[in-house]
This record gives sequence, C-alpha cells and structure tokens, in this order.
Amino acid sequence: MVEPRLLLVHFLREDLGLTGTHVGCDTSNCSACAVLMDGKVVKSCSVLAVQADDRDILTVEGLAKGDQLHPVQKAFLAKHGLQCGFCTPGMLMSAYALLKGNSHPTRQEIRKGISGNICRCTGYEKIVESVEQAARSKDW
Amino acid sequence: MIPPSFDYASPKSLPEAIALLSGGGEGAKVIAGGQSLMPLLKLRLASPSLLVDINRIPGLDGIEERGEYLRIGALTRMADIESSGLIREGYPIIRDAAEVIGDPLVRNLGTMGGNISHGDPNNDMPAVMLALGAEFIATGLAGERSIKAEHFFTDSFTVALGHDEIITEIRVPKHPPISGGCYLKLEQKVADFATAAVAVQVRLGEGWTCEEVGVGLTAVGPTAIKASKAEQWMRGRKTTDINAIQKFGRRAADESSPATDIRGTASYKKEVVRLLVTRAFRKSCERARGGS
Repeated sequence: MVEPRLLLVHFLREDLGLTGTHVGCDTSNCSACAVLMDGKVVKSCSVLAVQADDRDILTVEGLAKGDQLHPVQKAFLAKHGLQCGFCTPGMLMSAYALLKGNSHPTRQEIRKGISGNICRCTGYEKIVESVEQAARSKDW
Repeated sequence: MIPPSFDYASPKSLPEAIALLSGGGEGAKVIAGGQSLMPLLKLRLASPSLLVDINRIPGLDGIEERGEYLRIGALTRMADIESSGLIREGYPIIRDAAEVIGDPLVRNLGTMGGNISHGDPNNDMPAVMLALGAEFIATGLAGERSIKAEHFFTDSFTVALGHDEIITEIRVPKHPPISGGCYLKLEQKVADFATAAVAVQVRLGEGWTCEEVGVGLTAVGPTAIKASKAEQWMRGRKTTDINAIQKFGRRAADESSPATDIRGTASYKKEVVRLLVTRAFRKSCERARGGS
C-alpha cells in the first residue's frame, strides 16, 4: 500500500532500493529518471507509483544479466558515453527503447531518440557514438 | 518535488469515471498521460482533492477514418499519432505537431485528449484543431455532446467542459481536395514551450485560389487563437500572390497577443508569428498541390 502521491521514481529508489534510477531535476525535464513501463520509455518522476500497478517496469538494474553487461552498457563503456554518469541510467533506457524499436537508427534518429535526456557533461557526441556502437552489436 | 496529498481512483469504465468526477466536485481532476499535470503537482501549482485516472478505460484510444471525419480517441498517445501512417498520409499537420510536443518520453504517455483539454496556451494541438475546424466529443452525466474547437478554448487553463465531462473523441473533418496543412513551431530547445507556433490548413480552388483557410496560433495569447480576421481576408485571394501572403502573415500576427518573457519580447514573438504563418501557408499550399 502506497500513498497515491508517491512518485514511481521514489518508490523504485526508496521502497525497492533500486537507486540506479536517478532524480536529476524537479521539473520533469531531464529524464535521468527514465525507465521502461510496458515497453515504453517514460519519466518515472512523472508517473505515480499507483499507476504502475500491474505493469512491467524495467530499470537500469534490469539490463545486465548477472555480471554480463547488456550490449548497450558495453557500448557506453567502449565509446566513453559517460563522464559523471548521472544522466547515464536514463540515457541507457532511452537508448534501449530506441534500439528495440529501430535496430539500425541513423545518427539523426539517435539524436531524436535521446532528445528527452539532458547531459551536463559530454556534449552528447560520445553518447550518440555509443548508441551507434550498441546498434552494431548482435547480441540483443 | 513531492505532490500534495490527494485521493486516487482508477475506474475501469467511462460511467464510473464520470460519476467519480461528478461526486468529487471542484477538486476532482482527470489524469490521463499526466505529462502536463504531474509537473504541476510536483511544483504544487495544482492541488486536486481527487485524481480520476482514466488510463484503464478501454475503447478511448484509436485512430480511424469514419465516413466524413477522422476519429482520434482521446486516450491516443502522441507517439502513436506520430507513427500513424494514416495521419502521415492524410493529415500531416497533425503529425507535424505531434512530433514537436515535448520529447519522446512525454509522447509515450501524453494523450490527444489531454493536450486538447488541459488548457495551457502552450499546448500545441489546440491551434491545429482550430485550423482544421475540428470538433470534440465530451461525455458526462447528461450523455454525449459535441463542441466545436472554436468554442472550446475559453481562457488560460479553462475549457468549455462541465465538471463531470471528459473529452472522449476528437473529430477532424475530412478535407476535400485540394487541401494541405502544416504546423511550424519555434522553440529554443526540445520540450520547451514554443516561442510561437502556428497551424495553417488550406484548401485550393481554381487557379490556385485560396478557397478556405484555417489558422491557429500557439503560445501567443491566453489561449490558442483562431486568426479568423486573417482567414477571412485571405479567402478568395490567389495563393500565388506573394504580396497577399505577406499581408496575410502580418494580419495573423496582429491577432496575437503574446507576453514578453524569457523567450522574447511581445513584438519579437509577433514577428515570429508573421514569419511562421507565411512559411506555413506556403508549405500548406505546396502539400495541397502534391509537393513535399
């Protein structure tokens, strides 16, 4: 039982202890809180926990299989797609959702796909390269 | 960051939702995609006593042509509008707008019904609906009724809906050939509010005369604005008359009343309206004639 006003991001972080999903702003802008809900990438700060009842939620913790990183995580490492790492969980979830829907995106499509995710460090170039690299991977 | 307390209900049927809204009085509010409402709750700019979540009500989404109109279910997500082949082919002005609403995450949840009925002058679809001459179906305790877009947007965050009413359907009249439309938005960054945005829908007649034109303006007044004086002026003029198009743009801009803010001065925004209306009109004519 949760209060209706409990945000999904707070439920994930504080009730479930899944702190991979980050709170980066107060204004529903940054998408550091991005998770997949029923296969669609959404801002978990802008969804109520009660709205997620009975729905599939995928967080960044769900990408790796044990200590086997997911191809999108491997790509971000290989291509230096992060610096401070604060936006990274959200970027990974947006990238994952993008590639699930479009396995060979153009650079323009990648930029559009991550256009909801704000990064203060990288200038986005390495992130785009990381997503391109992930797309080249065959083990999805 | 933490919303104020409220009660929450997730009805599984429309009658149940309407009963909850009616019973909840002034403090009851519909939540659909929540992409406008949740930011307000988190900043405590809204304090509803009851949220009526309509996401679990079946049958409220969908995009299909029915006889004389295109039906868009109120719960249709912006992402589905963006990816709809039917809309891309037949109503590209709607896709133009869907593409620039928020960001990809917002579009996965944000709904057509919400974008229409939230009442924020920065919402994009109202101007599109004004340009298209659309009508909305509202369902409440007294049953269904239809409201023309031009009568719907009454004031900032105020639309012509009773407390017990929910928008369930958006109906866009099929436009006879030779028709074309376009939505253009100037924003400083993705998911920002528009500095200004315009919707133009045109129907061409003999010799490329402007037989019919609809113009909707976003973010330059207390509500979306139908530039009806400019529309009236342009009807009957040749769309190949460059001077007429320039004057038309100016007249549409004169019907806007933007506020000076961080995105620009009022006069700057009016100039943006003038420019965008001119470009959108030309592009609509191109599309009508079978161009891009």
